[in-house]
Amino acid sequence: MKIRNNVALSDSGFLFNPSSGDSYSLNETGLFIVHCLQNNKSEDEIIKEVTKEYMIEKGSFEKDFYDFKKLMESFNLID
Amino acid sequence: MSKPKYTIAVTGLNAIDSPGPGLSVIKALREAKSFTVRIIGLSYESLEPVIYMDEMVDKTYQVPYPSAGQDVLFDRFKYINSIENIDFLFPNFDAELFNFISIESRFKEELGIKMFLPTMDQFNARHKATLYEFGLKHKIKVPFAKLAYNTNEITPVATEFGFPLVVKGKFYDAKIAYTVGQGVQHFNKIASEWGLPILLQKFIYGTEVNVCGVGDGKGNTIGMIPMRKLYITDKGKAWAGITLDSDPLLSITKDLIATTKWKGAFELEFIKTTDNEYYLLEINPRFPSWCYLTVGAGQNQVESLVNLGMGKKVKPFISYKTGKMFIRYSTDMIVDLKKFEQISTIGEL
Repeated sequence: MKIRNNVALSDSGFLFNPSSGDSYSLNETGLFIVHCLQNNKSEDEIIKEVTKEYMIEKGSFEKDFYDFKKLMESFNLID
Repeated sequence: MSKPKYTIAVTGLNAIDSPGPGLSVIKALREAKSFTVRIIGLSYESLEPVIYMDEMVDKTYQVPYPSAGQDVLFDRFKYINSIENIDFLFPNFDAELFNFISIESRFKEELGIKMFLPTMDQFNARHKATLYEFGLKHKIKVPFAKLAYNTNEITPVATEFGFPLVVKGKFYDAKIAYTVGQGVQHFNKIASEWGLPILLQKFIYGTEVNVCGVGDGKGNTIGMIPMRKLYITDKGKAWAGITLDSDPLLSITKDLIATTKWKGAFELEFIKTTDNEYYLLEINPRFPSWCYLTVGAGQNQVESLVNLGMGKKVKPFISYKTGKMFIRYSTDMIVDLKKFEQISTIGEL
């Protein structure tokens, strides 16, 4: 799971896909995950980092994480 | 070295809700780095807004409608040129291009006015009515379309392709029909305005993306920038748009310009499907009204076109900024009646 190279991300969580012209606003958790993706973290590493940072149970986060991943796939943001 | 000063005449001054490209072309000309300009506005109606924008046009002349014919047009330009000594002319409407292409060489030889327009063959080949065949010839996907002269032809086409169906005028206007009844309604409305035939086109689902560019007539693309409309008016015109990073679109455009040896400005209108396929919907043989975005994105294509027309060597642009947006706005100008009177009565301002 890799975020596309040309995707632009600001510090405030504003994400722009120059291939489609679409833009999105990420919340703090979304921004954290996309930063992890930009740093080439694996899915397991992301789950580990988020559960450590936000004190959330792994099972509970995984469900949201895979939903988020599906959404990013549908928006052509990840390869 | 001092820059040359060109006198450039521009049509398309109707900066209304369905705007002509004139204002964007003038803004780009005024930001040109290789020359300075004196702008001569050419108007068809007394209420075209740009006539009254003193910071945009130095002088405006009314010109005859294309239907008046080439001799009347030539005579009017002979008069305007005797005062203004025009170097370059920018026709910006589809409907006036036939006349200007036809008398391009006469303008150059007898009046010294240069243009940089597509050839008559290029202009004719890209007509909506023949675009499907054009696509087959140049290996570009174009939605299948059939010319119709009668509303009875809607049902068989709809049976073949299903609904929705796009009903298009031969020059302007397009509407989407979801039933035969709607198709008949759109057919009659468009035919009454633009005449027959009407084009019945298969509807392709997807996102509309457009490319603005310039071909040098030898197969080279001097500039090209893809844009997606972000906000569309009820007339289908872009009110906001953003430049895109799209290698496939640039590659299709470059190939098309190379095989057709396209000369002059162009706007290509595509639909990008969810399977990332591009269908060509239209080729407009002129700059679009959003062409000022190309200046903001780092390619003053309007300036390049003038330099090509003036016989200068022009290097192709190799990059542009993605994520550059344009947002249109409307505003009210306060105008003295005297000005309106002057353009209305003597046809000059």
